[in-house]
Amino acid sequence: MQCEVCQSREATIHLTEIADGARTEMHLCEQCAQGQGIGAKSYIPINELLSNLLAVGPKEELAGFGDTALACPHCGYTLEKFREKAVLGCPYDYEVFEKVLLPLVKKAHDGATAHCGKIPARIPNDSKRQMEIARLQRQLDDAVRNEDYELAAKLRDKLTGYK
Amino acid sequence: MKLTEISGNVNEWFSGDGPLADVVISSRVRLARNLAGHKFLAACSVAEKSDILKKLKDVLMGLQLGDDMFYIGVDKSPVLERRFLVERHLISQNHAFGKGPRGAVVARREFFTAMINEEDHLRLQVLKAGSQLPACIEQINRIDDMIEQQVEYAFSPTYGYLTACPTNLGTGIRVSVMLHLPALKMTAQIEKFLNAARALGLAVRGLFGEGTEAAGDFYQLSNQITLGVSEKDIVSRFEKAIIPEIVEYEHAARSQLLSQQANLLDDKISRAIALLKNAHLISSQEALFLLSHIRLGLNMRKHQGASTPAIDRLCSLGGNRGEAGATGQLSIATVNRLFLLTLPAHLQFNYGKELDSTHRDALRAQIIRSALNG
Repeated sequence: MQCEVCQSREATIHLTEIADGARTEMHLCEQCAQGQGIGAKSYIPINELLSNLLAVGPKEELAGFGDTALACPHCGYTLEKFREKAVLGCPYDYEVFEKVLLPLVKKAHDGATAHCGKIPARIPNDSKRQMEIARLQRQLDDAVRNEDYELAAKLRDKLTGYK
Repeated sequence: MKLTEISGNVNEWFSGDGPLADVVISSRVRLARNLAGHKFLAACSVAEKSDILKKLKDVLMGLQLGDDMFYIGVDKSPVLERRFLVERHLISQNHAFGKGPRGAVVARREFFTAMINEEDHLRLQVLKAGSQLPACIEQINRIDDMIEQQVEYAFSPTYGYLTACPTNLGTGIRVSVMLHLPALKMTAQIEKFLNAARALGLAVRGLFGEGTEAAGDFYQLSNQITLGVSEKDIVSRFEKAIIPEIVEYEHAARSQLLSQQANLLDDKISRAIALLKNAHLISSQEALFLLSHIRLGLNMRKHQGASTPAIDRLCSLGGNRGEAGATGQLSIATVNRLFLLTLPAHLQFNYGKELDSTHRDALRAQIIRSALNG
């Protein structure tokens, strides 16, 4: 199959995007893909990512994020401990160490910082509503940024229905 | 229930059946969950871990899944037994050789396992034969809901399900398929596939997960991102884009072998037949690769109607001696059964005691010879 962009080289990179049930395909050769910035994203294996982000840099770098002696009042964990074990001590750590964790989470999950999947049944309906509103708002912002005004209008109507 | 009741058989998800079974061996969905009101495991004392273990064991053993459930105290099991469980994909290596009070609850038909106190308090797993991710996720969600009626999960409206490692945050889901890609390997295209998979943000691992090599031409492909996408979208992407693409590549490579490199194909299959029928010592690694070529030949006949001298010869081999309803023809189920039963821990577990490597290699060769010369 030929590359859609240069029409001369063999297409070895096949991009398929699924968004809201619609599927679009693109077939590119390695060079054109790189030129478009696709396939140039290298997903670092997760464990390496963690150790790179935590091990790199002297203590002073962490200091930029605040008190390095900061410890979680619930489990006693410090950032040093996290760096050593690569796992957290308790759910509250996500709040306590948010400043350091947020960029890490962002990098590990391709820029995402908010959950948009399954919600436990026990979560009060109020919170569920809030989460749905936040999710729709994010989708609306994305749609506007991508100039998909038809989608944006639909989302805006949905949001009005919630409020 | 004793482990010996399942140790002689191939598990349901390794039967060789299911959609796209000639390339997609099995599908798996795993969910990571932690209990609210408890620390994550790394900060727990032994007593706290025992507490969590007891709580979750009771809940899981009480689940009504239409199958017998049994509990394995992994921390108390002999090493051979733990290795056996890892080989069957019932627990991870990490769980087998971890520290502290921990266990696993397994459904007899092995379609569902729960690891308690692995990296998170709870790791649920559903496995099915062939390409069946939608069915896997539907089932695991139901089980997850049943459990959640009795316990409260650690969950944040912003970050989703809270996990010990931020890399599992959000959905806590790991979706994966086990692929058999012998033709891509034989036509020297496997590196391209691996690079393409990685560029798509997928993790590629060997037969037994993280850090293992691709024994027997098996590759596990799974998602890495768990936050900012819904479980449905992750599965959908696999179902609609990733799996069809890979199956097409492998099929194309198989066709290429048939049309342009039939000699190479026949050579691999013939050597596999000859060695497996005659060797007196065979290592696990070698057996896995030879069985991989056998499986390739059988699948090419079954799914592509392929016919070459070696494939014809392969299909006339009797291999079902001792199995109920034997048709006298070698089947994928038999090949998979040989695959599983000749893995090191299975071999020793069924034999009844530990063996040194030469004895294992001899026993393995004997089992395979019997099955193929039947």
